[in-house]
Amino acid sequence: MQVKIKTFGVARDILGSSEVNWSTASKTIGELKTELQARHPALKNLNSLFVAVNHAYAPDDHVLTETDEVALIPPVSGG
Amino acid sequence: MIQLTPLPIDTAAILAQATHVEAGGLVVFVGNVRNHNARLGKHVLRLEYEAYEAMALKEIERIVEEAHARWPIKAWAVSHRTGTVLPGEAAVVLAVTTPHRKESFEACQFIIDQLKARVPIWKKEVFADGDEWVSAHP
Repeated sequence: MQVKIKTFGVARDILGSSEVNWSTASKTIGELKTELQARHPALKNLNSLFVAVNHAYAPDDHVLTETDEVALIPPVSGG
Repeated sequence: MIQLTPLPIDTAAILAQATHVEAGGLVVFVGNVRNHNARLGKHVLRLEYEAYEAMALKEIERIVEEAHARWPIKAWAVSHRTGTVLPGEAAVVLAVTTPHRKESFEACQFIIDQLKARVPIWKKEVFADGDEWVSAHP
């Protein structure tokens, strides 16, 4: 499956682009996160890392589809 | 009303949006940019904010919905900066009004605490000798 992943803040710096096309065998958000952390170990050094799907935080067991809008959410710091 | 803006925040407009004839207590929180990072002992030249705007708007709506379930909010408004913000400028202005002040203080604190914890907005502190994404690393 091919998913587009939006990245922000420090996660964009680590992946090197604000949107990456990612070919994956991952079925769930949890698997995708593990895969991204394996390819980009610096993601493991963050205070937290969440994945949003269609503009909401997604649990690890959320099943991915190609039409999902996926975004990597490193530690937020608004305010 | 929710606003993400690259321009200076019009605090008076936020207060006006959060005014309601049935509500006697209007509480406003203004988050200003500090010129100093105490942990690093460094002077802060500016902050660079970015937002995942589509999700940030929805997440703020969800937070305010949760606040509505707990306090009798009659009106509210929030504005958050994006892009470059200088020390002394407001990065966020939040105003909430309920019939009485106690509920307004509580609701305002809840919303700003949740905003800081959940809303996908990021800031980078820029120093004379480098920069750092705030809260990114232990």
